[in-house]
Amino acid sequence: MLVATSDPALRCIDMESRAFDRRRWRQLPAALALLAPSAIVLGAFIVYPLVKAIFLGRQRCNSTGTRCVDAGWDQYSDTFRSTEFQHALLVTAEFALITVPLGLAFGIGLAVLAHKHLSGVGVFRAIFSSTVATSVAVASLMWLFLLQPSVGVLSNVGWIADAFPVVKQPGLLNDPGTALWSVGLSSVWANLGFTFIIITAGLQSIPDDLYEAAALDGATGTGRFWRITLPLLGPSLLFVLIVLTTRAFQAYGEIDLLTEGGPRPDDSTTTITYLTYGRNSIMATDQGLQATTAVLLFVVLLGLSFLQLWSIGRRVHYGD
Amino acid sequence: MAAERRPTGIRLLGRYGLLLFVAFATLFPIYTTLVAAFKPGDQVLVNPLLPDSFTLEPIMTAWSDGNLGRYLFNSLVVAVVVTVAQVVTSLLSGYAFAMLDFPGRNLAFALFLATLLVPIEATLVVNRRTVDSLDWLNTYQGLAVPFLATAFGTFLIRQALLAVPGELRDAARIDGAGHLAFLRYVALPIIVPTVGALALFSFLSSWNQYLWPNLITTEESMNTVQSGLTLLRRSSIDEPNALMAGTVIAAVPIFVALLLFQRSLVRGLTSGAVKG
Repeated sequence: MLVATSDPALRCIDMESRAFDRRRWRQLPAALALLAPSAIVLGAFIVYPLVKAIFLGRQRCNSTGTRCVDAGWDQYSDTFRSTEFQHALLVTAEFALITVPLGLAFGIGLAVLAHKHLSGVGVFRAIFSSTVATSVAVASLMWLFLLQPSVGVLSNVGWIADAFPVVKQPGLLNDPGTALWSVGLSSVWANLGFTFIIITAGLQSIPDDLYEAAALDGATGTGRFWRITLPLLGPSLLFVLIVLTTRAFQAYGEIDLLTEGGPRPDDSTTTITYLTYGRNSIMATDQGLQATTAVLLFVVLLGLSFLQLWSIGRRVHYGD
Repeated sequence: MAAERRPTGIRLLGRYGLLLFVAFATLFPIYTTLVAAFKPGDQVLVNPLLPDSFTLEPIMTAWSDGNLGRYLFNSLVVAVVVTVAQVVTSLLSGYAFAMLDFPGRNLAFALFLATLLVPIEATLVVNRRTVDSLDWLNTYQGLAVPFLATAFGTFLIRQALLAVPGELRDAARIDGAGHLAFLRYVALPIIVPTVGALALFSFLSSWNQYLWPNLITTEESMNTVQSGLTLLRRSSIDEPNALMAGTVIAAVPIFVALLLFQRSLVRGLTSGAVKG
């Protein structure tokens, strides 16, 4: 706001800005009333629990959380360095390295494949989108039935069981070498519909004349893919990348239903989220430690999202 | 791609061949599930790839023994409450951010968006304590109340309202319409597609919740469909046809809903990916 002055023109501006300011303050009560419902819910069930969890993460408790003793901030570094957390972090990273690149590759591949002007392509688009309708529980049970050694599909189809004995003994979900890949594959499948829909929408926003111009300049099919399609898909791909990475770090349902964190004793599929909440996880008996790992999960994910935005985001071309 | 010559002959066949192969692979888990869900127990593992016998018995068993009707009802109640509440709270807060000018608006908006950075898993430990201390374990309140508002919805509605011409607001004010009247009778009809997308997105996220209902449900009758499937997995692991029948029952409502609201879904999913 300008200070009072004798210049009439300036005084006029001064009065206007004062009126503007008053109007802003007058709108405050209405704004507060309109924001209150959302703010209360978000405050009570996102902000408060996060802040509270940060302090709860200092404590050691019994399983019901009724008795706790303070263990100090060291509990964070101790937990982070513990064998269990380091193992879970490694498993989670492997899980992300399986599901994110595969998810992106299948998503791009299917979207490009179904983007051509062919008759009947709508049917294929519907099929490729279909897994978006499956919840994590539904998708996981479908894959459980596929992969289970004794009562599953693969182990009861003669030639598959003969060609790949592992599906029968010990079973893809029970072999420490294949369990994480199997869970990952079911996860990629479950996310395929989402990935396909986002990338297809991205493809449809690329103007045809770019391809026409490139064709006139003699660009080949692969050249057009690398120099036009991929760069212009940038924003969609970045979005899918971040969502898939986040989902990998939050993976819980598929692990609960397919492997329960096992096979033991390697805990080959115990990710950070499963370590925090899993039925038979050691953390589940101590609310303090649960809070510690939950907060560590938040910090790791936050760092990762910023890293992805910073390293890839600044190279993404957002058009005009 | 207009510039591209349409593939002909062998290449056309090749492309269709590839599409068919990938479509088959995508549908394979759904296919084996459907085959098993309609086979008698002694047949289900004999020829798991062929629908060579048909019975409705597994569906009946899963429905009655698995108590799926009750779980579907619970899921529906929670999802409808969450959806309606998220739409209403998002409309109110989105309106405040888009149409009102008040001190601290940008800061408040930034704080709203910051909640999107918090993964739900980081909040559930304390939320379970909160719900427990309110005596809300095994209740609809416990399942629904933590999710009655979302910053994502607020953002979506705000973006849509920013496109509503300011002249409309001025005209409505001259006609004596207050904020709520303007929102209800002028702005809402304009942003119906966005509201539809948000509603569908909210419904799906609520319906698909897995960890939360598993954490706060100990009474069998208060399970949602998703946590109910966890129970079914444990009780019916040796009866794959009943387990798959339960899976089919749990999946059908959402498949039907998505067939009906395909456009809203695509809009809802892609709205997060628009230019920043």
